[in-house]
Amino acid sequence: MSDNKNNNPIAFVATSVIPESPPPARETGIYKWVRENLFSNIPNGILTLVAIAVLYKVLSSTLPWILNGIWTTSSLAECREVLQGKTGACFSVLAERWQQLLYGFKYPEEEYWRPNLALILLFFAMAPVLFFDLPRKLLGFTVIYPFLAFWLIWGGSIMVPIVAMLGFAAAAVVFQKLGKGSFAAGFFGAIVSALVIWKIGGMLIPENASETAMLTAVPSRDLGGFMLNMMLGVTCVSLSVPLGIALALGRQSSMPLIKWICVVFIEFVRGVPLITLLFVASVMLSYFFPPDATVDLFLRVVIMITLFSAAYIAEVIRGGLAALPKGQYEAADSLGLDYPQAMRLIILPQALKISIPGIVNVAVGLFKDTTLVSVISMFDLVGMIRGPVLASTEWNGVYWELLGFAAALFFVVCYGISQYSQWLERRLATGHR
Amino acid sequence: MADTSQMQVSDEIAITINQMNKWYGSFHVLRDINLTVNQGERIVICGPSGSGKSTLIRCINALEEHQQGSIEVDGTLLSNDLKNIDKIRSEVGMCFQHFNLFPHLTILENCTLAPIWVRKTPKKEAEERAMHFLEKVKIPDQANKYPGQLSGGQQQRVAIARSLCMMPRIMLFDEPTSALDPEMIKEVLDTMIELAEEGMTMLCVTHEMGFARQVANRVIFMDAGQIVEQNEPEEFFNNPKSERTQLFLSQILGH
Ligand SMILES: Nc1ncnc2c1ncn2[C@@H]1O[C@H](COP(=O)(O)OP(=O)(O)OP(=O)(O)O)[C@@H](O)[C@H]1O
Ligand SMILES: [Mg+2]
Repeated sequence: MSDNKNNNPIAFVATSVIPESPPPARETGIYKWVRENLFSNIPNGILTLVAIAVLYKVLSSTLPWILNGIWTTSSLAECREVLQGKTGACFSVLAERWQQLLYGFKYPEEEYWRPNLALILLFFAMAPVLFFDLPRKLLGFTVIYPFLAFWLIWGGSIMVPIVAMLGFAAAAVVFQKLGKGSFAAGFFGAIVSALVIWKIGGMLIPENASETAMLTAVPSRDLGGFMLNMMLGVTCVSLSVPLGIALALGRQSSMPLIKWICVVFIEFVRGVPLITLLFVASVMLSYFFPPDATVDLFLRVVIMITLFSAAYIAEVIRGGLAALPKGQYEAADSLGLDYPQAMRLIILPQALKISIPGIVNVAVGLFKDTTLVSVISMFDLVGMIRGPVLASTEWNGVYWELLGFAAALFFVVCYGISQYSQWLERRLATGHR
Repeated sequence: MADTSQMQVSDEIAITINQMNKWYGSFHVLRDINLTVNQGERIVICGPSGSGKSTLIRCINALEEHQQGSIEVDGTLLSNDLKNIDKIRSEVGMCFQHFNLFPHLTILENCTLAPIWVRKTPKKEAEERAMHFLEKVKIPDQANKYPGQLSGGQQQRVAIARSLCMMPRIMLFDEPTSALDPEMIKEVLDTMIELAEEGMTMLCVTHEMGFARQVANRVIFMDAGQIVEQNEPEEFFNNPKSERTQLFLSQILGH
């Protein structure tokens, strides 16, 4: 440091302010990208070559199979004839049986517009829930939707969904009124008022109402195909999230009885395979209902899947609740918020946000698990494939095409859910905590 | 800034703590606490770590439960009755060491939440009041940011504004500056001094002895769950009576 004038190597004073400058432009170009990302060193280069080889192998055997696919024959034997030993898929089965795969084999063909309409309306009903920047007024339709969809899909007398809706409305009003004083009074009052309305409504609806109805009644056992998977998936997910929240909060409750009920329920349900619960639903659950009540198989399955996934969701949310610092509860308390307010405004929004990946994980799993109903002889998509379609003489042996179709349908929905959850996480990000 | 320690306090009683005892399990944290605070008093509580300072002020707004004795805040007796607890909490503001802002809400929403839901203030009015207090703590321009985007000192000032929006008659501070860098400590202390000048009743747990000298009209020294000594700041710092106070002061002022 010979040129240092004051002979002190440590002393330094900035003599000018360094002006702000834009970040350096990134170098671009395909060649550079390839070299940096694929062949940056020898091991990476080898890995890249191996990956390309594997990709080639996979594509070279599947692509011709797909591209050579036959769409127009009326049986597997004809497919084989047309192909004459070349590789090629026999997609004709999809072309001929798509209605059965999507709607089951008993849903009346001239009524397909009803589930289709229900599906389209589902998007409108879900939009204000999923994209909460939309005007809140749209939620009104979301509230009506379950009853509307029920009527569309099952048909029959319009009085049934209306009475059901009135029951829920009465319950909500009673809960609003009584719930202010004491939660328990509101809760049980709501249940009683709903039951009363349903009982009265049930007596008022004439026996033969469903015969003269606007929409022909379709019994639950006639539902099937991918429609059944969608119905089970949507219903169970939307029921199990609130139930899971309630269970998670119950598990944290300071009231020992509630706490232990929740703990025992969660631990029990998580410890039992879903298949077992479904068998219980199909053969045994009727013992728990009054003898004259014939509870629909669809409803029984919905109850079981919902309970099952609610237990998982409860545990996911418990993790989210545990991740919140104690200071959040204290700050809410010190401002004078009561328990429901603190939960709804402060704790749950944060805990749920942390739990999104976990909840989505459960939801995706649940949706795929709806195919398990095929083992209790409900004809969902997989049930249709394993049963009526593969058993028919024409299509016996077309495994790849059918199962690939099922996989593709499930993949589209599950990928959509996953993309939504990633969008949601980005949307809710508010900087570091 | 003016020395507020000579400011008048009223005769009206804000807080009465009578023979209060508290245990954590079998550990006796607070022992025979007797304390009367008048409206407009600025009290600084100090003492070694673990002496029960936080526990004491957290008992006042029922964040901690006491087992013996009584606490009366603004004429309301603190009991297991949730109504009384909620009433007291809405009269008493509190600032924490780690701010505890709600990270999922904007600064403005942090400030309007409790007035809207607890006091049932109309949204517009709550927002106006929030902006008023944010101006007072000198960060109105941050109103639409999220807490994670603010510096520590700014967050603590927001926390103070959030409490003030409930129009509390008493403010509790639990080491509001000890998680902050020195540069930010001053901005928070300035805010607190301003509050004191306006006559707010304040109980502050803090190790900022300069603040205590300037603002407090009474300093309380706690050790091992007990109030060991209390006095006016001048006397307390220049002429401590108890040995434990002397030792504590020599440690804290000695370097
Ligand atoms: N939830 C709890 N359970 C059991 N013991 C506790 C609990 N909270 C605090 N304590 C104990 O009570 C005593 C007093 O704690 P407190 O937080 O009031 O001390 P403090 O004076 O505020 O100390 P600091 O200056 O470190 O904040 C400490 O010994 C602490 O270990
Ligand atoms: Mg403390």
